[in-house]
Amino acid sequence: MTRESSTQAPRTADTANPPVAPRSSNGLLFRIVPPGLYAGRSHVLVERSYLVSKRAWMSVLSGFFEPLFFLFSLGFGFGQLVTTVEGPGGPMPYAAFVAPALLAASAMNGAVFEATFNLFFKFKYAKVYDAVLATPMGPVDIALGEVTWCLIRGGLYSGGFIVVMLGFGLISSPWALLALPVCLLVALAFAAAGMAAATFMRSWHDFDLVQLAVMPMFLFSTTFYPLSVYPGWLQTVVQWTPLYHAIELMRALTTGYVGWGALGHVAYFVVMAAIGVVVAARRLGKLLLT
Amino acid sequence: MSDAAANVMVVTSTLVHAKGLTKHFGSFEAVRGIDVEVGKGEAFGFLGPNGAGKSSTMRMVACVSPRTGGELRVLGMDPDVDGPSIRARLGVVPQQDNLDTELTVRQNLQVYGRYFGLSRSAVRERAVELMEFAQLTDRADAEVEPLSGGMKRRLTIARSLVNDPELLLLDEPTTGLDPQARHLLWDRLFRLKQSGVTLIITTHYMDEAEQLCDRLVVMDGGRIAAEGSPSELIRRHSTREVLELRFPPGEQSAAEVRDLAERVEVLPDRVLLYTGDGEAALSAVHARGVRPVSTLVRRSTLEDVFLRLTGRTLVD
Repeated sequence: MTRESSTQAPRTADTANPPVAPRSSNGLLFRIVPPGLYAGRSHVLVERSYLVSKRAWMSVLSGFFEPLFFLFSLGFGFGQLVTTVEGPGGPMPYAAFVAPALLAASAMNGAVFEATFNLFFKFKYAKVYDAVLATPMGPVDIALGEVTWCLIRGGLYSGGFIVVMLGFGLISSPWALLALPVCLLVALAFAAAGMAAATFMRSWHDFDLVQLAVMPMFLFSTTFYPLSVYPGWLQTVVQWTPLYHAIELMRALTTGYVGWGALGHVAYFVVMAAIGVVVAARRLGKLLLT
Repeated sequence: MSDAAANVMVVTSTLVHAKGLTKHFGSFEAVRGIDVEVGKGEAFGFLGPNGAGKSSTMRMVACVSPRTGGELRVLGMDPDVDGPSIRARLGVVPQQDNLDTELTVRQNLQVYGRYFGLSRSAVRERAVELMEFAQLTDRADAEVEPLSGGMKRRLTIARSLVNDPELLLLDEPTTGLDPQARHLLWDRLFRLKQSGVTLIITTHYMDEAEQLCDRLVVMDGGRIAAEGSPSELIRRHSTREVLELRFPPGEQSAAEVRDLAERVEVLPDRVLLYTGDGEAALSAVHARGVRPVSTLVRRSTLEDVFLRLTGRTLVD
């Protein structure tokens, strides 16, 4: 048995009244979200994710290589056969055509899978969120914290990929400086939508449905060839998919052919992100606080 | 002035106040109108079989489950309105450990403290103190998953103390633990009680309730069946002693001894005689020529009360 003094329940003065007051920087959100759902402390969940990733850095690092493998295989391998393709400003090298699309697609893939798999696992099996909600934290803190972590991780991958593109001379415009923030917006929208979708999933089987939505989008949303290969009605269908808008944005930014239409693409993702966050937070609250 | 001070005292000395509290899940009524008062410094128990509504009640008190109806005040506040402020001052030990398996023992405590808004340096110190309290210092940087059941439970309890709670909610704290681990946990909980923490415990172990609780309610089917201190409950709902007569199966002579005790219960292998004086009843049994295989005279326990109030039928 250890000494009496050391095994007594420790009580410290500075923890007697833990602060519950929200940080003022989150003022806007506070006004639109019911007080019980948000403590303004979502950054702590980001800290948690950071600690976890430090212990699993191999799996974090692997996410960087997937789009690179695609770039080498298609851009440089396949690009030997298809030398030029019709881009935003006329014929362009195939590698330069496909690279911005891979950038957009990897932002999507990373965000969707991080959001759905991780949320579902922590929610259903690890019960991490049950423990979090026993503290002053609310479901909105969880939703925001998890989305923020998705963005930080996705932003690192995108940044790395942009540097590789630059190194291989696949970027021809200073507009490309905006590619990273736009990647983050795209990732935010897909992460929010993925989280919202994850709250409706009952078992791991439902992840096949995610795959069923993401895979065709990756293959058919003008990632590997221009929209003009489709007949008119199919062009309209493709133009509704989120990945199409992301690819249009990335191609415009890396080639410098940026028009006012870009704002329309941006608006698409702002709306998608807003709907996703609201649905995810509501559903999490409903599922966890019963 | 002094009146006002006295009023404040009255208000703050009741940590949990529930009146007509109900909880429905769809058409299922988990809690059907219960009245509970828990005072400061008390160790209060909810006893009951599985499905009695104990955990539902605990989750409402923990402000993670909105009530369906009735009054509920925790630390003087309404959980529907001030949930986060109440949770900031509670410690919660859920029925199933929900430790963060992606973090180490130390990180579990530190990150949990951060959820309460404690600074990084504060949680670093706090984690060291709590690991000492839970006797987990030598496992500080170990994974959580390979820890034994008792260690995980101690870590969950340590985690619930990170914010120095005024009220600690423990939902079946020792279920599934071996006797050594249970006694170690009881010791820790007793220390917490000594240091002024109010405890609310649910359990279906009678010895646990007798060890830890000053006062308890027996719940059954979403209602409160009885309330009082362990000794009061025994006095009110059972006799002082119980005489157990064991017979070969199918050969009980219950009819011959039925009038020898206040209450007689016939089980497949035993006949229980609830009486004030077990030895006297035993003599009377022998005098009538009844020859059981074995006999036992013992004090009434909370288990007798519990079984009387909630029945012997198996609840799943």
